[in-house]
Amino acid sequence: MSEAYFRVESGALGPEENFLSLDDILMSHEKLPVRTEIPMPRLGTFFLDRSGGAETDNAIPQGSKLELPLWLAKGLFDNKRRILSVELPKIYQEGWRTVFSADANVVDLHKMGPHFYGFGSQLLHFDSPENTDISQSLLQTFVGRFRRIMDSSQNAYNEDTSALVARLDEMERGLFQTGQKGLNDFQCWEKGQASQITASNLVQNYTKRKFTDMED
Amino acid sequence: MFCERAMELVRELHRVDQEDGLRQVLEEMKALYEQNQSDVNEAKSGGRSDLIPTIKFRHCSLLRNQRCTVAYLYDRLLRIRALRWECGSVLPSALRFHMSAEEMEWFNHYKKSLATYMRSLGGDEGLDITQDMKPPKSLYIEVRCLKDYGEFEVDDGTSVLLKKNSQHFLPRWKCEQLIRQGILEHVLS
Repeated sequence: MSEAYFRVESGALGPEENFLSLDDILMSHEKLPVRTEIPMPRLGTFFLDRSGGAETDNAIPQGSKLELPLWLAKGLFDNKRRILSVELPKIYQEGWRTVFSADANVVDLHKMGPHFYGFGSQLLHFDSPENTDISQSLLQTFVGRFRRIMDSSQNAYNEDTSALVARLDEMERGLFQTGQKGLNDFQCWEKGQASQITASNLVQNYTKRKFTDMED
Repeated sequence: MFCERAMELVRELHRVDQEDGLRQVLEEMKALYEQNQSDVNEAKSGGRSDLIPTIKFRHCSLLRNQRCTVAYLYDRLLRIRALRWECGSVLPSALRFHMSAEEMEWFNHYKKSLATYMRSLGGDEGLDITQDMKPPKSLYIEVRCLKDYGEFEVDDGTSVLLKKNSQHFLPRWKCEQLIRQGILEHVLS
């Protein structure tokens, strides 16, 4: 973007998301499989094929298997699992963990995510017995892929990088971009352009849009 | 599911006109709140404790809508703040058009705080820290005009005509804003 705009960073890799982070909001919109442990009246309209009907006060029945967004699952979850219990999405289960440990570089983490690390880290909130294995797997997967990301970000200058980033998750793409910025800034300095005043991206984007949005 | 409109707000941040979206999110929040109020009363006085998970569901949705809205508005403020540093203290009308009255007021407050701070630096004259964002190499620079701009006053009342494709040798500090706004181009020799 531009020099003076600093977006709120993601906190998803740590213990808590950042409330104001747009990245974290997008990440927590992704869904995971849950099971209701108690009937939930008057919400049957959201899951019409499962609704108990009028006699149950339009409830989502107990024992229903649903896909809920992370934010909702987090909000309804407690350690006594009174309202719902949570299942691990397949890519964090043992089968896929074995694939990652064999060769982390072959996997398309964008298709699997796209917030593979962030979502996986926040999954730890649900006290699965596999938590230790999940966190180990997340870490080792990143360690396995990091070198290639760093190398490619430092060697792709002035070229189309879409093939390089296609299979990276969002966090890895951010890392790649940071690497590219470092490379571009250095090249700019080497060419003696570091003192050249440039147009502001922020201004250009907004003035271009003058009336096109109104027509949308 | 609730909060779909709020997610659209967040996803479409680059679209500057979102008043409708905001209003719809607030409407959904009002509906959720009222439904919960009524269910809470029923749970308490009508003995319907089975409504508690439902109430919690709606409450989570309310919090989510609140989070999306606040994050959206905050991100806009971060961009507006960046405009002071990249555009200068006078915003082009094309940009002002997309800001709400409250955002304009916020921008003016920010401008004032920044100006007060800058006056307190560097002794009596103050120091304009929004200038020279890139290390300057000379007092005068070569610029090419990218768009028709009109008369531009330089020093001692003399002025130049900034016509598209004209080139000039001008004081750096006078040109910085116009270069950032995309009207002039800094030509390196």
